[in-house]
Amino acid sequence: MSPNLLAVFYLISGVLFILALRGLSSPETSRQGNFFGIVGMAIAIGVTVISAGNFSTGFILLLILLVLGGSIGAFIAFKIPMTAMPELVAGFHSLVGLAAVFVAISAFLNPEVFNLGTPNNIKIASLIEMSLGGAIGAITFTGSIIAFLKLRGLMSGSPITFLGQHFINLALGLIIIGLVIYLCRTQNEYLFWSIIVLSFLVGVLLIIPIGGADMPVVISMLNSYSGWAAAGIGFTLENTALIITGALVGSSGAILSYIMCKGMNRSFFNVILGGWGATESSSKTTSKDQKPVKSGNADDAAFLMKNASSVIIVPGYGMAVAQAQHALREMVDSLKKSGVKVSYAIHPVAGRMPGHMNVLLAEANVPYDEVFELEDINNDFANCDVAYVIGANDVTNPVAKTDPQSPIYGMPILDVEKSKSVLFVKRSLSPGYAGIDNDLFYRENTLMLFADAKKMTEDITKNL
Amino acid sequence: MEIDPFIFRLSIFVLAIFVGYYVVWSVTPSLHTPLMSVTNAISSVIIVGAIIAALAGDKRNIFDTANIFGYLAIILAAVNIFGGFLVTHRMLAMYKKKKKGK
Repeated sequence: MSPNLLAVFYLISGVLFILALRGLSSPETSRQGNFFGIVGMAIAIGVTVISAGNFSTGFILLLILLVLGGSIGAFIAFKIPMTAMPELVAGFHSLVGLAAVFVAISAFLNPEVFNLGTPNNIKIASLIEMSLGGAIGAITFTGSIIAFLKLRGLMSGSPITFLGQHFINLALGLIIIGLVIYLCRTQNEYLFWSIIVLSFLVGVLLIIPIGGADMPVVISMLNSYSGWAAAGIGFTLENTALIITGALVGSSGAILSYIMCKGMNRSFFNVILGGWGATESSSKTTSKDQKPVKSGNADDAAFLMKNASSVIIVPGYGMAVAQAQHALREMVDSLKKSGVKVSYAIHPVAGRMPGHMNVLLAEANVPYDEVFELEDINNDFANCDVAYVIGANDVTNPVAKTDPQSPIYGMPILDVEKSKSVLFVKRSLSPGYAGIDNDLFYRENTLMLFADAKKMTEDITKNL
Repeated sequence: MEIDPFIFRLSIFVLAIFVGYYVVWSVTPSLHTPLMSVTNAISSVIIVGAIIAALAGDKRNIFDTANIFGYLAIILAAVNIFGGFLVTHRMLAMYKKKKKGK
């Protein structure tokens, strides 16, 4: 196959990938979009294999590897519970990162096959591209591993900080840049290996200071990194499909990070440089313990909701932990039977990754046109009879609007307190991730339901 | 003087960032999780580099170090491609509209 024809095919798969993302603008077109993505991938792989022209041993080996990797991937994809989606995505990011590192290494060891020159005499531009691609890939790899361990609960979700942390990161970053420059001048193999190893270290150091509830930002950021790594490799291999894909994925992840940061009213650097939990201990000490709290049981809750005309459900990460989405939908079904209007309100940073709550509700067969984003539903709380807060906390805290001293001041929140009554399902009065007390607990119109989210929801359903 | 081909690739890159910017802003927030899994799947197109690395070179000696890194990268990318697209498909199949007459 001529290089020009090959390039045209790569362009086609690049365009198909754009269409794959475009399809996600609405659930109706999304399945078709995913199909375009698969076709784009098949074209890219197909033409690459044909142009490599090695149909003997190499080809059979390639098929075996594809089937091996593919069946592992398919097995995971079918087995994974929807609540584990954040760690799955983090895990997958780490694989892209490592694959980028491996491709960069083999390009460095065997530059002739990629037309980059000969060993010890690689083109300067290619050296820069492959070391950047490899470095970003390495950061993505170890960073995603840490994110995976934190999300999976194999590692504590609390931020790990130590003195001079940011200084060390900065120094390591500068050293890596220095090594790349030096590598271009000397072509020394050890410099290349040092760049990769140091980048692995940077990935770890970058993610350990970030706390559990900041994970939506971290996952989006690593998503972005995996794209930039792919683009770096794309430049090295002079491959349009990779360059286009890398740019798409890179900007997609960056936009998601931005949306997540905005959802918490924090700057990107504020999130990256360490969690709330580590810095905010002062606000916790104010003793609000004496305030009266109204608590109720499933019976009271069922009574309130049955007699309501409209109910808004506010799910949060706690719902995912308790796996309460199915129980929740059953409760809503019985409510609907009694003629209650029910809708769902999703805060941008609810859960551990962008869109986490939406997927869980979709899994429980909640129609997506009953689920609303913050800005679309926030005005409805004033006219609603009952708000049912299940597993959410900080995103409903009214102090974000009233107390400029509060660390979450300015964060957009769901105006739950405006509804006639609030049912707040929670195990205890403990503060949320931000480490601050939720004013909502002590409001006149709030009824606390102290229980496991799933159990409480099931009990309410029985009482309806 | 001729234009370096690098500049062409850079142009594609920059334009693709803009395309990505506008396309991703139009993605509905409820599909942000599938967006992440599908971007993950398509970024595994890095497999083309792995295939070239694995299949090229001296054809009698297919177990050169550079080739082996290529093989490893193929496995990793294949896990991602199949896993990423299938899990996206699984998620998207769950998004249903309200049934009429309910």
